[in-house]
Amino acid sequence: MNREEVENGGDDMLIDRDEIEQRRLENAVPEGFNADYLKAYYGKIFPYVDMFKWLSYGNDGKHPGCDHSYFGRREFSFTLDNDIYLRFQSFNSVSELENAIKEKCPFKIDIGPVYSVDPSKRHAYSQGGDNIFTPVEKELVFDIDISDYDDARYCCSGADVCLECWPLMTIAIKVIDTALRDDFGFSHILWVYSGRRGVHCWVCDGKARRLNNEQRAAIVDYFRVYKGNENSSKKVSLVGPALHPFLVRSHTEVLKDYFEKRLLSSQNLFLNEERFEKILEMIPDESVTSELRGRWLSNKRSREEINVARWDQLKNLLQSNKQKGQGLRRCIEEIVFTFTYPRLDMEVSKHMNHLLKAPFCVHPKTGRVCVPINPKNCEEFNPSAVPILSQLLGELNTGGFKGEGDNEWDGTSLGDCVRYFRESFLQPLLKSCKEEIETSYNAKVQQSRNSISW
Amino acid sequence: MEAVRSQRKSLVSTGVGSTLPLYRSAPPLEVRLEDFELYAIDRLRVLKGISDALSRGKKPDEMEKLVLDLWKTNMRHQHSSELLNKDIISHFVLRLVYCRTEELRKWFLSIETTLFRYRFRDEPPEKQRALMADFDLPYKAVTIAEYESVKEKLNQVARAIGQPITTDAIYYKVPFEEVPELVAGRRVFIQKGNAYIAMNQVVSLVITQFRSHLSKALVLTNRKWTSMIREQEKDRLVPIIEALSTSYLGPDYNQPREHAEISLKDIDQIAKSSFPLCMGHLFEKLQEDHHLKHGGRMQLGLFLKGVGLKLDDALAFWRAEFSRKVGAERFEKEYAYSIRHNYGKEGKRTDYTPYSCQKIISSTPGVGDHHGCPYRHFSEENLRAALTRMRVGNRALEDVIDKVRNRHYQLACTLTFEAVHGSSCDAGVNHPNQYYNDSQRILESQVSSSWTNTKMACKGYLCHCDFVIMDLVV
Ligand code: SF4
Ligand SMILES: [Zn+2]
Repeated sequence: MNREEVENGGDDMLIDRDEIEQRRLENAVPEGFNADYLKAYYGKIFPYVDMFKWLSYGNDGKHPGCDHSYFGRREFSFTLDNDIYLRFQSFNSVSELENAIKEKCPFKIDIGPVYSVDPSKRHAYSQGGDNIFTPVEKELVFDIDISDYDDARYCCSGADVCLECWPLMTIAIKVIDTALRDDFGFSHILWVYSGRRGVHCWVCDGKARRLNNEQRAAIVDYFRVYKGNENSSKKVSLVGPALHPFLVRSHTEVLKDYFEKRLLSSQNLFLNEERFEKILEMIPDESVTSELRGRWLSNKRSREEINVARWDQLKNLLQSNKQKGQGLRRCIEEIVFTFTYPRLDMEVSKHMNHLLKAPFCVHPKTGRVCVPINPKNCEEFNPSAVPILSQLLGELNTGGFKGEGDNEWDGTSLGDCVRYFRESFLQPLLKSCKEEIETSYNAKVQQSRNSISW
Repeated sequence: MEAVRSQRKSLVSTGVGSTLPLYRSAPPLEVRLEDFELYAIDRLRVLKGISDALSRGKKPDEMEKLVLDLWKTNMRHQHSSELLNKDIISHFVLRLVYCRTEELRKWFLSIETTLFRYRFRDEPPEKQRALMADFDLPYKAVTIAEYESVKEKLNQVARAIGQPITTDAIYYKVPFEEVPELVAGRRVFIQKGNAYIAMNQVVSLVITQFRSHLSKALVLTNRKWTSMIREQEKDRLVPIIEALSTSYLGPDYNQPREHAEISLKDIDQIAKSSFPLCMGHLFEKLQEDHHLKHGGRMQLGLFLKGVGLKLDDALAFWRAEFSRKVGAERFEKEYAYSIRHNYGKEGKRTDYTPYSCQKIISSTPGVGDHHGCPYRHFSEENLRAALTRMRVGNRALEDVIDKVRNRHYQLACTLTFEAVHGSSCDAGVNHPNQYYNDSQRILESQVSSSWTNTKMACKGYLCHCDFVIMDLVV
């Protein structure tokens, strides 16, 4: 990376100095990751063509309705290894994209919106009065981060994640994916492991890409059950005499089972006083809480099923309380929601011009590739089994069969991931893009015919 | 101008005689120039009233009453047959006024939409249904069979949002994107991309349509304005339009407060005690640099006129400062004229009333300029320093900054007023001269009010043709 390229970036931003230093130190002895590995990965494995096909949404075809400027108006941004941040990069073809990535070898690639004009030429358009440089399309995206669940897990904290707490991500995928399909009617949805501590979701239907900010915010709010602001403690509040069908379904189909059959025991939610007090706090009835507290404090023998037993006691007591009725029964659901319901990073989803890390990037701290996750069997996904960069390169060297040219990944453990991306996501997506292009083209032709005959 | 001055056609109203028009296109109607302006001013009072209420964070039920009251008081007409015309004409005139910049369009769009929302809700159900039909909404009520298939879910939502459950309820099925506010509140059942909305939620749908239609229309009006009207009507409508867009509809601060007259020797004192930050800052800069650029001279000069500084004193005041920088001779040659002008002694009549907060806040000071509203135009750091100099205490200072971050500049100014005077300011700050007057009133412990004197800043123009054909200009 030389000076000149840096200057070419235009809007470069230097990331905080300390952070750079810290990152240097951490990367000094990389485990499964360094710049040379990354070069080799971009040189041989990264699926450029698939990425290009995806983000072209059928506009790279020969149909007269194709918009050939489409891909070129998409913003990419690169974070380079010296923490220089290049925004508003754009490319007109798969080879331009490929060459730029190979040359700059970005540690992170982010994908932004499609703008009204080529983002690298935005200055040329900003002269006139009304600024015509504006985002026009962007996938509806979600970012879910395990570090937002620290008050709902006891096994890890911060960016760490293990097989005991990963089910929280599985729950998020199930709840959100179902709602996106069944409620909102979307079908081209890509889930991606973020490389370390969470998952990303890309909703790619044409209708989703064209949502305005108000509509995006509406969907985010539809998913929201926490009251108070984002910075205050996460408190689930399920008010009203009944729950919305979406919440009911999420509860009965996903949350309840995961809570009772998995997390209750795996996270030992009732293990000791400190933990059960946290739950008792959610019950607004002195008599109930003191009765439970009394029982639990006098019976301290720790048994296998202590969590299950205490949860059952709590439920029985709350359900049997006839005169207090619904309010108390609602507490049971609130507790379940508190420990299971997805926690979204709202801001990422609300604004069209937010950037999100591209699939198939490599996380610089873990060396893991951001691979797609199949929501249909997301419970089988194991973050610690995700291919690591060094492992992939090893497979490449020792590899037996290699595909032709662009199919180098075929012989590696990334093969299944790219195949899933292609067959289960890309192909159906492109099929419906083609239909959409065809339909809107025909409509336009029809319209212009009509106007001529007038 | 050749116009067929036929009898004024009465407008075709909506089929069921609804009193709420959709403003789809400008009516082919001739309007007396005087009405053109007066109707617009009346509607503007309604819009400003709504805008103020919104910025004070009024709740929906308070808003409902307030909007309908504002409407009834301002949109009266002595002939009830003219009510609908007045409504439509005033709307289209204001489109012209507010089509001209992005910021104006945004404001108009949001306030007109709010107005429409509450007026729609006030209509009886059968009229609401007729209005929906007028909107050409492609949505049909869901069939009985479909209703039965989702009934359970619909009732569940109704229970969840505390609505009564009725068995014969009419539901419409619409793409969820059309009703974002209902989606956000989980106030509708959504299935496969469609939201099922109940009759009493139809307003959300209609509002979305109304807003998107008006938004597009404003852009088109702007095009027509810049390509034709601005030139064709430059001597007739343009001055009216321009006066309307800057007119301030509160009390008339062009007339100094009763008995209020200040003399030059007091000015330093009252600047310290009673000037709002925007004026205090200009005053300070003038004493520091012995100069102010045009924007600053206008903002401060007109304010001082409103405060009660007589022309001679004003001249002496500006001369004292400016001559130290540019010399007395240049002052007389280049600057004295515009001061007399502000007092209406030279040149043509123009709108030389003191600037309102709204006007100051929306100004765009450039390099070397000191005018504008500090809450909006200062960096946070500079604002903190300035407030500290005004002796705003820590707690209050954070409250002020908080309002600024949320872009409630006038509320920030109100809080400053309250902190500095240790007394509440219920009306909020809408005008620097109001700030000054309220401050003086508190300082003098006077109770007399100057709020009764509400004179309009706009005057009618009568030029070579006193009729406007609406659909030609909008
Ligand atoms: S809010 Fe009004 S009075 Fe206060 S500083 Fe701003 S412009 Fe001046
Ligand atoms: Zn863990």
